[in-house]
Amino acid sequence: MKDLPDTGPATPPPAPERKIDAQAAIDHFIQGCGSHIGSYLDACIHCGQCSQACHFHEVTQDPKYTPALKLQPITRVYKRHKAPLSGVKRMLGLVPPELTPEYLQEYEELIFDSCTLCGRCTEVCPMGIDIASVVALSRQAFVAAGLGPPDLLQAAETSRDKGSPLGLTAEVLRDRIEWLSDDNEVEIPLDSETADVLVTVSSIEMMKYPDSIVAVAKLMNAAGVDWTISTKGYEATNFGYLAGRGDIAKIMITRLVDAAESVGAKLLVIPECGHAYGAMRWTGANILGRPLPFEVVHITEFVAQMIRDGKLKLRKTEESVTYHDPCQISRRGGATADAREILAAYSSDVREMDPTGNHNWCCGGGGGVQAIGTAADLRHAVFQIKINQVEATGAKTFVSACANCRLTMDESREVLHWPQKVQSLVEVLADRLEN
Amino acid sequence: MSFLELTQGPLWYLASAVFVIGVLWRLIGILRLGRSTDRSVARASGLGGALKAIALHSVPHGGNLKRTLYHFLTGYGFHLGLFVLLFFAAPHVAFIKGLTGFGWTPLPRWGFLIAAEAAFAGLILMWLRRMTDPVMRRLSDADDHIATWLVFVVMLTGCLALQEAHDSLRALHLLCVEALMIYFPFSRLMHAFTFLFARAYTGATYGRRGVTP
Ligand code: SF4
Ligand code: SF4
Repeated sequence: MKDLPDTGPATPPPAPERKIDAQAAIDHFIQGCGSHIGSYLDACIHCGQCSQACHFHEVTQDPKYTPALKLQPITRVYKRHKAPLSGVKRMLGLVPPELTPEYLQEYEELIFDSCTLCGRCTEVCPMGIDIASVVALSRQAFVAAGLGPPDLLQAAETSRDKGSPLGLTAEVLRDRIEWLSDDNEVEIPLDSETADVLVTVSSIEMMKYPDSIVAVAKLMNAAGVDWTISTKGYEATNFGYLAGRGDIAKIMITRLVDAAESVGAKLLVIPECGHAYGAMRWTGANILGRPLPFEVVHITEFVAQMIRDGKLKLRKTEESVTYHDPCQISRRGGATADAREILAAYSSDVREMDPTGNHNWCCGGGGGVQAIGTAADLRHAVFQIKINQVEATGAKTFVSACANCRLTMDESREVLHWPQKVQSLVEVLADRLEN
Repeated sequence: MSFLELTQGPLWYLASAVFVIGVLWRLIGILRLGRSTDRSVARASGLGGALKAIALHSVPHGGNLKRTLYHFLTGYGFHLGLFVLLFFAAPHVAFIKGLTGFGWTPLPRWGFLIAAEAAFAGLILMWLRRMTDPVMRRLSDADDHIATWLVFVVMLTGCLALQEAHDSLRALHLLCVEALMIYFPFSRLMHAFTFLFARAYTGATYGRRGVTP
């Protein structure tokens, strides 16, 4: 195997003294406060039930990790500036004080380190408040004010400057694909002039789990798909989206759209990455400001369709398997059933976790938390929930369909000395291909 | 003008006007904040998702019911008890009939007692939790307590006025109701209406994705 340097970002330089512009956050909150946000903030009854669904509260039992608390910075601005009847209240001196730099700093950890945007809290909320979407908006406001974890922001900027958060430039991509293709004797089309399907990659896979790329190639080739990867736009992860950098989020989306348009692809496949799916499938067109000129599917949706169409034949195993639902693919993405179809074709002994599917627990590293150094201890603690879930199934094979979840879980299992291997769904599948 | 006449006349009209105009102002105001169109290609119906979420969030899902059973029981006890009292207590039925011309069979006395007990027990237990549970203590603000106490006083004076033996007790009950009605649009009590909006927005967003969160 050719030795390639891991070109991931070096440890970020020590953060310079920060200048916090609270007014920028206020302006951003005011601008982002649509009717759905207003409804959420007006409906929260401070019952605290959401704490029962959040993994950060679950493992620490610390009330500061109550999801509803993450609504508070924007609630201040809403009540002071935007809420209907706030004018009357302001005259009576009954509105909350203005946001201050100190107040924002106090909430920084809650908005970044301890929210994986998993959406689990919404399930238990009697009002159905989508706290994760408010946290995503809050991240933008905090970043506008000059706050946010330097490593997460660095990952976003590296994506903009080098094409990927882990330094997967077009040249590195070309090199690695050549290496993977030669080493595994599998055809991986790169920069074909035309293709029906544009396959995107996650740099986490490319740099840390390259076997996943090989597995995707094997599945695509076995199904006879006309596909390509493109150096014009390849990175599916979107750290701009996770870091509250709307400008970078748009750049990342635009690159993929340009690449798909240049090869005339009608379908764009998102690899095993949860937030990449959410960013492109559900917010891509909104970030771009126009409908996407192609269909977007997650690799699990694509493979499930290939199995349904009889284009992929698998040798079923009897070995027991359990599946970790990446939050952005199942609960917040709606592709829950596709993974089940694949699992049913893969093994005769599929063991669901408890809870599972749309209700499954988060791995602890979604929403960019995986890239936040200061959040490491907390997410390792959270991983104990997953260990318990997996062990309760007694399954031999433990798979997921998100490289970010996999990396999070691999790091945590090392810290917690848990021996169970975390595998990729496409990888185990490619090993069972008949055709 | 007697105290009772004051609470039945000018104060009642004032409170009703503040309540109706305030609630409408606030609801329309929320809708007027607007929302940008979702340009993603829907997997399923947003409207279906909204309706599902409105129904589904009446019970915590995802296996969370046992974790939130206290809230579930006290919440339902209080809300159901209150609604039954509000619309089926004999004096209320008579009052609504006087106002609109429509009437229905009121609750028998035993029914009233059960509803009142459920409402009081629910409200008191919810408030005790608010005072003792670290999560709720952290979240609660003055509005939560004012609203709880106002509702409590309204229910208490309502029970006292039930026999209609003393006009002053009836007037006191009406005065408390009027205070509550004036406070309502400015407070978190608005959740009585906004819960529909919040559930519907989430339901529509994720319904399009084929999930009901
Ligand atoms: S979205 Fe997930 S991590 Fe964030 S507050 Fe809700 S349950 Fe906790
Ligand atoms: S469960 Fe919902 S209503 Fe209750 S505190 Fe949490 S966000 Fe607010």
